[in-house]
Amino acid sequence: MTPSPYFFLVVFCGVAFVFPLMPLILAWLWRRFFQPPKPGPAKNATYECGVESLGEAQIQFQSQFYLYAIIFLIFDVESIFLIPFAVAFTGLPFGAFVAILIFLFLLLEGLVWAWGKGCLNWTK
Amino acid sequence: MIDESLKGELQKQGIWVTSMQELYNWGRKNSIWPLQFGLACCAIEMIATAASRYDLARFGGEVFRPSPRQADLMIVAGTVTKKMAPQIVRLYNQMPDPKYVISMGACAISGGPFKQGYNVLKGIDRYIPVDVYIPGCPPRPEALLHAFMELQRKIDGQKLSGASQAEFLKENTPSEYPVPAFGAHDLEPPANLDVFHPPAIERA
Repeated sequence: MTPSPYFFLVVFCGVAFVFPLMPLILAWLWRRFFQPPKPGPAKNATYECGVESLGEAQIQFQSQFYLYAIIFLIFDVESIFLIPFAVAFTGLPFGAFVAILIFLFLLLEGLVWAWGKGCLNWTK
Repeated sequence: MIDESLKGELQKQGIWVTSMQELYNWGRKNSIWPLQFGLACCAIEMIATAASRYDLARFGGEVFRPSPRQADLMIVAGTVTKKMAPQIVRLYNQMPDPKYVISMGACAISGGPFKQGYNVLKGIDRYIPVDVYIPGCPPRPEALLHAFMELQRKIDGQKLSGASQAEFLKENTPSEYPVPAFGAHDLEPPANLDVFHPPAIERA
């Protein structure tokens, strides 16, 4: 009787499962029989480069940060789009020109809105 | 327990006999993973030791771990300021047993040139037990390699059982030492007397 062609795959999977488990089991047995476990408050504490950890890990950021996102979009992303626009300016068809004007207008509107809201004032 | 002469006789015949303890120590001493941190100029020598010219990898110690959870060895490489000392002790506490400490350079041993100063700890052995001291300012990479080999020799001699059992295997040996706190003028306490045993000064 010839073995199924998938038989070797099963053997391979078994070996692949047992092989990495062996050192883990050996290490566990070693710890169980030789090494006395010595847990402690400092040893089990959160590792923060040796500094005592403060507060919780799940902190919330304020939603007011959306203003920074908008202003970043206006001043940074806009300039990225403006450079290819300026380079290709003379060869642009009318439709593309209007499209980029609409894009600029939308961002300009955001700038006016942010300005009016007082976001550009430097707080001391 | 197999005696040494029989072992040598068997080895001549091509049969290599070992014990659990030897195998364990052989594995440990050839895979000492240091904790990756440097404090001052000694750290530059430590980096040179780990790099290709001096090549700490020959001794199995090139795997510098960025977390104390995976480290076996703490190389206190440089000046320990009093501001830094609690962090060092806390990192030592967070390392799993068995753990070893190399006190590298004059500053880590005694405060070095800053010993008379107000802000430098006068030796890391005031708070944590040190296995190997290397003098020098800074010690050359060869000196660190020598300390590494000394440590390997120490690990090789540690017994798993019996009266001279290794300290870290004993149930009542602490794995953590108290972290000093910032006091008004100095660290509180200025030294952990369970660890710190300075030699008595004999005055004529």
